[in-house]
Amino acid sequence: MACEQMASKERLGQFDAYLDGELTSAEASALAAHLRGCATCAADVLGRVQLKRAVQLAGRRYSPSAEFRNKIEKSVSAKPRRESGWAWNILAVPALSLLVLSVVVSLYVSRESGRRQRVYSELADLHVAALASGTPVDVVSTDRHTVKPWFQGRIPFTFSLPELQGTNFTLLGGRVTYLEQTPGAHLIYQIRKHEISVFIFQDRGEETASLASGPTHAASFSMENWTQNGLRYFVVGDVNGDDIQSLSRLLQEAH
Amino acid sequence: MKGPEDRVPVVTFEELAMPLFDQLYNFARWLTQDTADAEDLVQETYSKALRGFSSFRLGTNFRAWMYRILRNSFLSSRTGLKTMVAIDEETDDEDLLPAENATPESILIEQANREMVQQVLVDLPVPFREILLLCEVGEMSYQEIAETLGIPLGTVMSRLSRARKALRVLLRQKRQGGGHGM
Repeated sequence: MACEQMASKERLGQFDAYLDGELTSAEASALAAHLRGCATCAADVLGRVQLKRAVQLAGRRYSPSAEFRNKIEKSVSAKPRRESGWAWNILAVPALSLLVLSVVVSLYVSRESGRRQRVYSELADLHVAALASGTPVDVVSTDRHTVKPWFQGRIPFTFSLPELQGTNFTLLGGRVTYLEQTPGAHLIYQIRKHEISVFIFQDRGEETASLASGPTHAASFSMENWTQNGLRYFVVGDVNGDDIQSLSRLLQEAH
Repeated sequence: MKGPEDRVPVVTFEELAMPLFDQLYNFARWLTQDTADAEDLVQETYSKALRGFSSFRLGTNFRAWMYRILRNSFLSSRTGLKTMVAIDEETDDEDLLPAENATPESILIEQANREMVQQVLVDLPVPFREILLLCEVGEMSYQEIAETLGIPLGTVMSRLSRARKALRVLLRQKRQGGGHGM
């Protein structure tokens, strides 16, 4: 093989990870730069791309019958709803002693301030990391009717996105993100060439109560956060507070 | 603006599980290689998942959870026990060899029609077939595959690499008229 890079096992292992979107943006950029200048490696990667596509096409082979779908739908419909706020039930147990409660509360209060800062910093990091990434969004679309369904099955809740016609905001797309090991939606909007991140997570009441709703600042980013219909929203961007507020209002009024 | 005292969200099993129906069926059909068995497997999966939904921890990956139930049900079925061969997880250097003189490989895959790739996928051992389907058709991340299959991330990467290699070898055999299964 003419290319020394290609002879390296690490490099070859990277080719698949690169195509599977599993490299960091720095690794992906370095590999892309190499591929632009190396015909041998580029041809190898092309072969792998074709193999991936061939399996994607061939793999989507079977569809369930309408009868079978109806049967399963009937068997799972109208079942009791699952309360996601399971932690509330724990707090509601009357037998929980005041002593235990007071210990929990005092620990909680002492951690509150540090936790709030950590969450805000983590959100700022997620915002910056997404924008710095070669693929900031996994679903690329300005259409809310495309972006919203994409999250089905990827996160354990649904949400509404606003109509943006007549506003200066544009939806760029979305990706699944994680905050404190909890999955959520990360949407990226643009206004006057500035990107704003909107994060939506389930509001696990007892954990997010310390995050007082309202505007704040972290690492020079403007932020807004609130809860609505059991979801916790965070809006983060390096734009002025008015833009953050405008987008927040649109999201709050979305149906 | 509303406060944290708002109602906590309620999510039904149906709302979470039905969007996955088509892909779970496709996966089941690939595993079982039989329509009736696939339907039984999907029905068993939904039934088990519905019963276990109260223990499902919201915030963890629901899709991986459903796939895991389906796969475990398959493994404990008669067909699953027969077809799930053990594979050696040792990575050998062969797995990381270049994609076989890239240009002929590209031509090979271009010429391989969809039926041929489908036949080769059937010929692959189940552990290879399933990981390729989860990655390429399910578009799962390595982490999600690791959760679904219950294997470490490193094993996901090495098994995927070996599965792709095996697929290339089988495709080449088919093209050359060999067509020997694995």
